[in-house]
Amino acid sequence: MQLQTQTRPRLLSVLVMEDRIDAASAIQFKERMRDLTQTADGRVVLDLARVMFLDSSGLGAIVAVKKLLAPDRVLELSGLTPTVEKVFRLTRMDTIFTIHPSHEVAVSHAASA
Amino acid sequence: MRPAPDLDLSVQTLHLVLAADPDSVRDGLARILALPPLTGLSDDDRGTAEVVLAEVLNNIGEHAYAGGAGTVEVTLVPVMAGLDCLVVDQGVTMPGNQPPTGRLTVGPETPVPDLPEGGFGWHLIRVLTQDLAYARIDGCNRLSFTLPNTG
Repeated sequence: MQLQTQTRPRLLSVLVMEDRIDAASAIQFKERMRDLTQTADGRVVLDLARVMFLDSSGLGAIVAVKKLLAPDRVLELSGLTPTVEKVFRLTRMDTIFTIHPSHEVAVSHAASA
Repeated sequence: MRPAPDLDLSVQTLHLVLAADPDSVRDGLARILALPPLTGLSDDDRGTAEVVLAEVLNNIGEHAYAGGAGTVEVTLVPVMAGLDCLVVDQGVTMPGNQPPTGRLTVGPETPVPDLPEGGFGWHLIRVLTQDLAYARIDGCNRLSFTLPNTG
């Protein structure tokens, strides 16, 4: 599970470098995210622009990361591809997460906040 | 018997046997997606098919075989309305002899600590398929459904 991070003041960006988060990789994703977020503070933006496929295990892992960060920190998402967007919408998880159209928008959102 | 003509949809029927563990499901999905009849679908419908098949197959590995070894037979038949799917395994019967309802219990007001980390799979299967049917026959689970063409 390849994840690339960028740190800004009060903002950690995590870019998923894989094309899927599925039952075969969900546990590893969750563990890597827990490790990566431990040393930073502030918002976490997870960029999913390269992720073409997400199943219910992958979705559960993303929810788990949100719960790990709460209540002090939020997990936001960016760059949902069509199938990933569909999974979020049909499970109503699009109402639970702040979802930005792109990573750039997510970062500028932070700057104006 | 003469071979079926190329235009006969039945020649695009795909039959695949795969192991039900997550890595084999991932590999099996990649093979299924690269072959007819899936290659004939729109990007949107292919995405839907991958989600549904991933949920069905991983559920079998996780529940019917409870994480142990087992195989699944997948048959995909293109029809006018979409794709008829039959998935057969030899694992334990479904609880209550029927597929789970997959009812979502989450909404915008759900507190973060109460958010579910699972239970999405059957909801996705049910909203994305039509004519879902389950039968336990001769020690096998037979789940059939149609993935509708949406264009």
